[in-house]
Amino acid sequence: MSQRIPVTELTDSFRDRAVGALADGQLRTNFRVAMDSLMQKRADAFPDEEEREGLRELGNHIKARALSQLPDLLEQLEAKLTENGIKVHWAETTEQANRIVHGIIESRQGTQVVKGKSMVSEEMEMNDYLAERGVECLESDMGEYIVQLDGEKPSHIIMPAIHKNRRQVSKLFHDKLGVDETEDVNELIQIGRRTLRKKFLEADVGVSGVNFAIAETGTLLLVENEGNGRMSTTAPPVHVAVTGIEKVVGNLRDVVPLLSLLTRSALGQPITTYVNMISGPRKADELDGPEEVHLVLLDNGRSGAFADAQLRQTLNCIRCGACMNHCPVYTRVGGHTYGEVYPGPIGKIITPHMVGLHQVPDHPSASSLCGACGDVCPVKIPIPELLQRLRQENVKSPAEQPQVKDGGAKYSPGERRLWGLWKTLNTRPGLYKLFLWGATRLRVLAPKNVGPWTDNHTAPVPARRSLHDLAKQHLNKGGQ
Amino acid sequence: MSARSNILNKLRAGLAGTAPRPDDFDDKLVTEPWLYAPEDRILRLRTLMEAVHTEVHQLASADWPAKVQQLLDSRNLGNLLYAPGTDHGQQLAQHWQSAGATQDLRAYDRPIEDWKEELFWQVDASLTGSAGGIAATGSLVLWPDRHEPRLMSLLPPLHIALLKASEIEDNLYAMMQRQHWSAGLPTNLLLVSGPSKTADIEQVLAYGAHGPKELVVLILEDA
Repeated sequence: MSQRIPVTELTDSFRDRAVGALADGQLRTNFRVAMDSLMQKRADAFPDEEEREGLRELGNHIKARALSQLPDLLEQLEAKLTENGIKVHWAETTEQANRIVHGIIESRQGTQVVKGKSMVSEEMEMNDYLAERGVECLESDMGEYIVQLDGEKPSHIIMPAIHKNRRQVSKLFHDKLGVDETEDVNELIQIGRRTLRKKFLEADVGVSGVNFAIAETGTLLLVENEGNGRMSTTAPPVHVAVTGIEKVVGNLRDVVPLLSLLTRSALGQPITTYVNMISGPRKADELDGPEEVHLVLLDNGRSGAFADAQLRQTLNCIRCGACMNHCPVYTRVGGHTYGEVYPGPIGKIITPHMVGLHQVPDHPSASSLCGACGDVCPVKIPIPELLQRLRQENVKSPAEQPQVKDGGAKYSPGERRLWGLWKTLNTRPGLYKLFLWGATRLRVLAPKNVGPWTDNHTAPVPARRSLHDLAKQHLNKGGQ
Repeated sequence: MSARSNILNKLRAGLAGTAPRPDDFDDKLVTEPWLYAPEDRILRLRTLMEAVHTEVHQLASADWPAKVQQLLDSRNLGNLLYAPGTDHGQQLAQHWQSAGATQDLRAYDRPIEDWKEELFWQVDASLTGSAGGIAATGSLVLWPDRHEPRLMSLLPPLHIALLKASEIEDNLYAMMQRQHWSAGLPTNLLLVSGPSKTADIEQVLAYGAHGPKELVVLILEDA
């Protein structure tokens, strides 16, 4: 029987969650250790800078080329997949996508689903949707399984349970599965293996994501290390793949550099243990594999990002997670602080298109713009540039017609007037002099409390004399 | 309006007035850093595969059935899943008979539905061929078909694969070109680069996540 899976409710703001995360020593240690190691692994996997940069440039061109003909490629993909016997479905919203998946399960009278790791299914909150309809949807990636068992959400797109240590996993398995506690990671994994193998055997339907959908051959390519992806796509009688519309590439050869960029950037591996290329359901004379294969193509705001040539670059993303591994903000606040499916720098630029800036008003500004994310992105998404663009969209007035879903979420007429005043002050020399004179002479009247700044810092006090004054004085004394 | 046409219309509107970007794919970038002299090719593959806990043996092609038997003996395994419709499957069966091997040979000769439970829990090891190897990444290319189904390389805790030395290519791009992949792919083409693994708990590497706990590659040097 299925059970309702509780999900962590995230009601407070990014700011509140960040404060909580920053005060959690264990969490910070878990992330710091993991991110340091992932950064080192990536660096080791690209020993030759010239090779790396050439490959990144090529990766960028391949994705830009695919996006420049996206509607045609999607039609080609659909035609080719259909020819291969894979049924293609289209969904504008996550609700539509869930309905399609549930419909397929219902048509087989299915009650048990196993799922390989899929971020798109997280977008859909598929587990909850299916649970509410009496279908058990079990995560089979070890990290995802751990997170689901604890009623949580993933905190990293590649390493979902990175916020937990072995002690926490041991206790979780003990509490939920009734096994003895152990801090031996191998043993913990073997517990997961045994539990999930039974589920692979019983499942009516397997769900997976897609890393690259190849239009030329009508192929769905999936990468993984565990074998749960292969299990989910091979053992049950039906396989349903869900993916975003931006995952299509033109030619089979295009995946050669993308694959290398993906696995080296994500985990520092030359390749993952399995590269699983699916080009059709079981043929009449074959002995295993699913009888039906479906692909659900999901929009969920992607076409909104696509409409703008600059923001379109967001859709280059191949979901390697390198931007979060290298992000000083992500490393300190962790994935859950972002409160949405995609955390870190990529989350900050893609989430607004999915849920709107009203829901994530702090996303564009939760960055120091240090540029590390853009420097490591394997497909050269200019993340800092896109963050700045989203900051502008975030404060546009309705009259300025924001280009992003719920743009203008942080628009404030008062703040706008204040900046107008500041601009006037700085563009009129006479007024500026008068202001400087007043600010230095009346410095004792400077406010003692200036918003969040003074929560952690002493209040700034203007200097006794302005730089202008000091320079003038210096020159009058005959200084050089 | 259907979801399909809504999505396509929105995308087309976004591209209005633009032309597709040119295809400037540069194969040198994905081949030149990954070229090996013939004598280094096997070594490269071997080194990478061993780095992720694959057991690799190089041997003459006549010797492999005995090696398989020995691998099972040393692990005390009771049975072996094999593909009777393949050349290597027949070779194995002949050896098993002539050498009087004690392990039970189980043929994958019926649909999975007929024996799913047994395949999931009771098979100790499997033997498959391969369609080649890739030196750059230390990978096997598996091309499952009706004779050698896909689950053979996934369910058993020990997977033994045969790899002909002459079928090792330098890199993935070369392999695709040599075997004309874009002209037609099987239902499930696989690259396998080691036994199943995970680092999902504290990034500690553990082998045998959901697929084989052990992968043994037998490189047949004169084949």
